[in-house]
Amino acid sequence: MNATALLSMLLAAPSSGNQGFDLGKMMAIIIAAIFVNNFVLSRFLGICPFIGVSKQLDSAIGMGAAVVFVMTLATLGSWSVYNMLLVPLNLGYLRTIAFILIIASLVQLVEMILQKFSPSLYRALGIFLPLITTNCAILGVAVLNIDEKYSLGYSLVNAIAAGIGFTLALVLMAGLRQRLELANVPPALRGKPMAFLIAGIMSIAFLGFAGLGS
Amino acid sequence: MSLMKDLTNGIYKENPVFKLALGMCPFLAVTTSVENALGMGAAATFVLIASNFLVSLFRNLIPSKVRIPCYIVIIATFVTLVDMVMHAYLPALHKSLGIFIPLIVVNCIILGRAEGFANRHPVLNSIADGIGMGVGFTMAMVVLATFRELLGNGTWLNMNVLGSAFRNQPLLIAILAPGAFILLSFIMGFFKILETRKGGRQ
Repeated sequence: MNATALLSMLLAAPSSGNQGFDLGKMMAIIIAAIFVNNFVLSRFLGICPFIGVSKQLDSAIGMGAAVVFVMTLATLGSWSVYNMLLVPLNLGYLRTIAFILIIASLVQLVEMILQKFSPSLYRALGIFLPLITTNCAILGVAVLNIDEKYSLGYSLVNAIAAGIGFTLALVLMAGLRQRLELANVPPALRGKPMAFLIAGIMSIAFLGFAGLGS
Repeated sequence: MSLMKDLTNGIYKENPVFKLALGMCPFLAVTTSVENALGMGAAATFVLIASNFLVSLFRNLIPSKVRIPCYIVIIATFVTLVDMVMHAYLPALHKSLGIFIPLIVVNCIILGRAEGFANRHPVLNSIADGIGMGVGFTMAMVVLATFRELLGNGTWLNMNVLGSAFRNQPLLIAILAPGAFILLSFIMGFFKILETRKGGRQ
């Protein structure tokens, strides 16, 4: 089987009826996940790392990469378990428990594999990985994919795009906060309040994308 | 007396949202109306009390190496319970809270209290702590939701407060995503001023 056939089979995977390979829909999902419904600035998912890890540009990029990576793997795992194990066995209500366990064990696994095979990558991403288990963006994208009844292909596209959207917001925020170090902020707003205020202004900017791609 | 201290600790002194900045995601997302805030607060409080109770009960049985996965399973069980009960009896609220009900699992307040309090304290104190933290979380959400619903819709708990003239031209941004960030920033700034006025004791 060649790659194109495999891809179209993946994109037309079962569970959701007649979702074929549709480039338009794929683009709409990507634009929605990155800009219109940006995970951080409009869906409020992953706020803790967004505020916590956005003080420096390097760590923001590292965290973003780790999130994209884990998000994709978590979606692969959670979609497969839900549609191939839980639904056939009529255990759909175990979704929350199953997903969080998948994510937690996946993070552990990724950490162990990275430590063994790519110590340099492990040093770059290592400290962020444990934090990711409780990053609600990961569980959020897994649950959203099920709620939206996406096929596996669309789910993966959605997960990668959501991760990119998260990284975009995080990196923009880090850039702004680095400049803020030199600014004269009123004492009452120093630290977290200022970070939230900037997030609010960024969120206004992202409101401008509303309606795009729909 | 220490029971009372554990109970009130979460309400002001260590308020999970304003003081510890935990549980931000549901806090910002569901505060579009006071009704949603109360619903989310009730759900989170129940999960907090129940998970604190179980974690504290089993604190000598759970091996410390696998404690985090154990806590997560305990929390996820109660979240699933809340999810199903709410779906059956309060379908409208369930729909408007959406994915934030399953996401209670990853609310850092709950895991934080299991790890930081319940695994080192007796059952009764842990329940008191759960109630206090839950009430503190709910109160914080109601405060933000009050501002957002009043400014963005002119109502409070669906009651018309600011009159129909305001309702026709509300400050819509307060209910949209940016409003949550900006209002939270002002509230946090306000708390900071209060603290410096008190002489910066904390």
